[in-house]
Amino acid sequence: MSAAAVPLAAPDRPINVVALAIVILLFVLVAALGFVAARWRRGEGTGLHSLDEWGLGGRGFGTWVTWFLLGGDLYTAYTFVAVPAAMWATGAVSGFFAVPYTIVLYPIVFLLMSRLWSVSHRHGFVTPADFVGGRYGSRALTLAVAVTGIVATMPYIALQLVGIRAVLTVLGLGSAENVLLTDLPLIIAFVVLAAYTYTSGLRAPALIAVVKDLLIYLAVLVAVIYLPIKFGGWGTIFDSAETKLGATNPATGKPVGVFIPGAASYSAYWTLALGSALALFMYPHSITGVLATKSRNTIRKNAAVLPLYSLMLGFLALLGYVAIFAGTNPIDLNGTVNPQLVVPQLFLDNFPSWFAGIALAAIAIGALVPAAIMSIAAANLFTRNIYRDLFRPDATPRQEAKVSKIASLVVKFGALVFVIGMDQSAAINMQLLGGIWILQTFPTIVAGLYTRWFHRWALFGGWLAGIVYGTIAAYNVVNPVTKANFGGSIAPIPGTDVQVYIAVVAFAINIIVAVALSLLMRALKLSDGKDITRRSDYGADENDPKVVQLEREHPLAEPGGPTF
Amino acid sequence: MSSPEMSSPDLPMRDMPTRGPARPGPYVITGVLLTIAVVVPLFVPAYSVAEPDLAGMPFFYWYQMSWIPLTSALVGISYWLVNKEDRRRREAVRETPDAEVER
Repeated sequence: MSAAAVPLAAPDRPINVVALAIVILLFVLVAALGFVAARWRRGEGTGLHSLDEWGLGGRGFGTWVTWFLLGGDLYTAYTFVAVPAAMWATGAVSGFFAVPYTIVLYPIVFLLMSRLWSVSHRHGFVTPADFVGGRYGSRALTLAVAVTGIVATMPYIALQLVGIRAVLTVLGLGSAENVLLTDLPLIIAFVVLAAYTYTSGLRAPALIAVVKDLLIYLAVLVAVIYLPIKFGGWGTIFDSAETKLGATNPATGKPVGVFIPGAASYSAYWTLALGSALALFMYPHSITGVLATKSRNTIRKNAAVLPLYSLMLGFLALLGYVAIFAGTNPIDLNGTVNPQLVVPQLFLDNFPSWFAGIALAAIAIGALVPAAIMSIAAANLFTRNIYRDLFRPDATPRQEAKVSKIASLVVKFGALVFVIGMDQSAAINMQLLGGIWILQTFPTIVAGLYTRWFHRWALFGGWLAGIVYGTIAAYNVVNPVTKANFGGSIAPIPGTDVQVYIAVVAFAINIIVAVALSLLMRALKLSDGKDITRRSDYGADENDPKVVQLEREHPLAEPGGPTF
Repeated sequence: MSSPEMSSPDLPMRDMPTRGPARPGPYVITGVLLTIAVVVPLFVPAYSVAEPDLAGMPFFYWYQMSWIPLTSALVGISYWLVNKEDRRRREAVRETPDAEVER
């Protein structure tokens, strides 16, 4: 509708003063909340001088706080920007798979996460690699899980910055000529974020998530009711999407996108959904959210109520189609089309400035919550599984908290350099690889929750095989238009032409290798690591005694017995 | 934490069980419910069609969206079943503290 009015080589955008003022106001409010959070539910005596307090918010979040925290953690700003952007650009297969993904996610979470919670609670594990170390007694395997977690998380943090940048660009902050001016608001936002994460730990994103989620629900609810009414119903919106996605792309000679997947893309669609769902709770930031809960059942209860966020995400995805009908024109500062600006631009074009300001603030703040949790999770991995395990086995809780705080600053600084110094597509490629890599820790972590049948070196071999295959396969995907490598996450199963999500094939290879090597190593009777967990640990709840206490009262209890 | 060289001791396990033996019923039902919640939304051939549409929304889109509350309900029922059984098992172990190893 407004498409014709916008010249293609866009000059600097005008600043929308009202919307910008609201975004700044809400940002200041949220930052203040972040600092205040240090005093919220503060532990008696110790303050924030341990990883349990700083890095897991005191391990006491109940159902409500967890709902907001995990909602803010999993449904990130980048999701809000990238999913509608994918719908707008190429349609269902690359965009709407997010809906089945976030559906099948919750049965999986229900099955796995309370066992991980119980064993971690009993032993005081803070990271997934802590559990792997306790279960398999293998330093190499622990390190593999820890490093995979850190490497997969870094680009994810960088992408949160991409989300903030989309909002700032649309608001008119930034200019094609002055790079420093363009990045300055981003740097300020991140310095503030780093400061309150440093002082308040996980409590800051938990408190901010409440504000952010309420704002996002408000913005999406209003948009999905008001915009279809304004544009004459969903029918016209879907018709225009079908027309756009069905048109032929002159560069490839194929349709622009997929409106309803045909038989050829079935396998891509469901493997993307399943692979992503299996991978999500292997990310350290998701596990941090789980381990911060109060009792064994908190995460299970949340698996039943978190899908409300999926519903919101589904409607948000459809806003990508609304933008097709509305003729939203996402022109970046350098004059090129940037699909990631679609949703911010849609709000700015079709709502009064003050409401657009609220919606844009929700997206920008939505970047701060996961960025904080991810940096805490990566910092905890570094502290526990690299600093402590390799260099300072006798580190005190106070030292651990100190190292973790500093590591969280380093991680955020690294992400900032990533986004400002490198091309945005580098962060997206790395994130794509990160998703493939993190799924390769699934067999180690999840099998460990149920059985010790797999040999520790077999799991290591499977992990390595999966990572190598996944990386090569992702590199070999070439973008048909730009001819760049890492052109997508879909590739044929080797030896066939069935298109599937690369991570799922890598995962299958991982498991096959792990099974084969386990059989071999059991036959060779190679030494298995020491298992410090007991069978009862996997069902323990908040009131059951912790291991430290058990050792004192029942010194005969011998860990490492067989588990089936 | 532990030295990777040490092998697992083959001593009989003396464990303090946190829960009594499980009854399979609730877990089997939960397994079925959760399997439905994973498999059905992933079976693309069943829903990759445009008709019947709902208020202008093609079947492909509204069908998948409607699985969100359905999954939520299935997980909710599973929670209720498993939680009830879990509580019973905990009480069982409290009544007979010297119960055998948890099953």
